[in-house]
Amino acid sequence: MATVPVTVTVNGTERTTEVEPRTLLVYFLRDQLGLTGTHIGCQTGQCGACTVQLDGEAVKSCMVLTVQAEGHAVTTIEGLAPAGTLHPVQAAFWEEHGLQCGYCTPGMVLTAEALLRDDPDPDDHTIRHAIEGNLCRCTGYQSVVQSVRVAATRMAEGAQPEPLLRRS
Amino acid sequence: MNPATFEYHRAGSVDEAIGLLGRFAAEGTEAKLLAGGHSLLPVMKLRLAEPAHLIDLSGATDADLRGVRLDGSTITVGALTTHRDLERDATLRERCPLLPQQAGRVGDRQVRARGTFGGTLAHADPAADYPAGVLALGVEIVARGPGGERTIAADDFFVAFLTTALAPDEVLTEVRIPVTPARTGMEYQKLANQASGYAVVGVAAVVTVGADGTCEAVRIGVTGAGDHAARAVTAEAALVGGPLDASTVAAACASADEGIDLLDDLHASADYRRRIVRGLSARAVLAAAGRATA
Ligand SMILES: Cc1cc2nc3c(=O)[nH]c(=O)nc-3n(C[C@H](O)[C@H](O)[C@H](O)COP(=O)(O)OP(=O)(O)OC[C@H]3O[C@@H](n4cnc5c(N)ncnc54)[C@H](O)[C@@H]3O)c2cc1C
Ligand code: FES
Ligand code: FES
Repeated sequence: MATVPVTVTVNGTERTTEVEPRTLLVYFLRDQLGLTGTHIGCQTGQCGACTVQLDGEAVKSCMVLTVQAEGHAVTTIEGLAPAGTLHPVQAAFWEEHGLQCGYCTPGMVLTAEALLRDDPDPDDHTIRHAIEGNLCRCTGYQSVVQSVRVAATRMAEGAQPEPLLRRS
Repeated sequence: MNPATFEYHRAGSVDEAIGLLGRFAAEGTEAKLLAGGHSLLPVMKLRLAEPAHLIDLSGATDADLRGVRLDGSTITVGALTTHRDLERDATLRERCPLLPQQAGRVGDRQVRARGTFGGTLAHADPAADYPAGVLALGVEIVARGPGGERTIAADDFFVAFLTTALAPDEVLTEVRIPVTPARTGMEYQKLANQASGYAVVGVAAVVTVGADGTCEAVRIGVTGAGDHAARAVTAEAALVGGPLDASTVAAACASADEGIDLLDDLHASADYRRRIVRGLSARAVLAAAGRATA
């Protein structure tokens, strides 16, 4: 199979590798880089489990070719906060039970974080509109919306990533 | 679920893309342009398309491909403008709010970050949103090919299921939208499929209200109802010159489905679509008229 070189910055580190042009970004992240926090659900662009940030915008990584990310920056759930810490959005999901099985959670968190950078104080309708592309089969969304609201409040108060150990 | 194997080419300019399209056509191999990939990659994953070559336009540096420009009586929107950029564009929100309104209803936030205006028009999905809008606005679509540039009126652009007036070796570069006259309002009404987000039916209306409150001009674009988007010309004719009250508008819009060969599929029956086309047309016209005089 013919491969082509690509250089993508993933979670702040520049990665140069060879991929087949047809390789979807989600497979590059999971299979080549071992970043399995990015989940695969539908593979048709509907469920949002594969959501990552591309230059800070939430996108579905099953709908992007790795070659399309050439020269761009990707953030996965592993890179949202420094290792061993939780980003305030992650901490809020923890506290508010914004997850049950956790399948949708990396995508939910990355979409929510992108929303809060645009709109630090969204109302419930705005939050629901923003997570339209992230399906959750467990929570019924109520606690997800609550988590995003709490994250917004904490971030407005200046919350920073905090050590994971303090919570366990 | 990767697509089938293909060769990937990054076009640095529209002319380079046109050159590549010509070369592969001459070789007899299939090539496709790639913009946001949000219509093309799904059909490639399903092996409904297996192009041997993908020509990525996203790195093309031509200025006309990107952004929104207002000059004089025309607003120009570049083909690579994403749904999300359209949704937030200040010029459009002020001068042509129909397109930002439509953009905000496309798929979801992640889809809007990647999908493009030009890609949607070129793909001509029968359930896509913008086709209704560009018909109602009466835009001109600019295509560049080996012989140079030409403009195609929106009315002549959508030809059949997934088929437009674009030639296989043409690139859609930009869309020119006429600035609407005073006392004009616009509105998009969409009944979205709950699973996919696409329009079961979508209706866009642009209405100019005369000083006496009657309908001076109106254009109605309908998507989702037939195998390609179309104007509701019979309803438009019935509205012009008449009052814009709810019962008159509803009566005129009872002909909004005329001329459309209504789809009958698992999403909706033809009869259901007929009712929705009529109902959404009336709502869109009334809301547009309300904005025109607000
Ligand atoms: C989950 C999901 C939900 C969606 N929901 C909606 C919705 O509600 N409403 C809606 O309208 N759309 C919806 N879409 C489609 C989305 O809007 C696509 O972005 C859009 O239809 C195509 O734009 P693109 O830039 O992704 O084009 P691509 O997929 O890159 O290209 C589509 C086709 O157009 C051709 N093409 C692209 N650009 C050009 C150009 N400049 N000149 C000539 N040919 C070109 C390509 O060769 C290809 O054949 C959805 C998509 C997904 C995945
Ligand atoms: S796996 Fe990408 S949207 Fe479902
Ligand atoms: S927590 Fe299980 S899918 Fe959302």
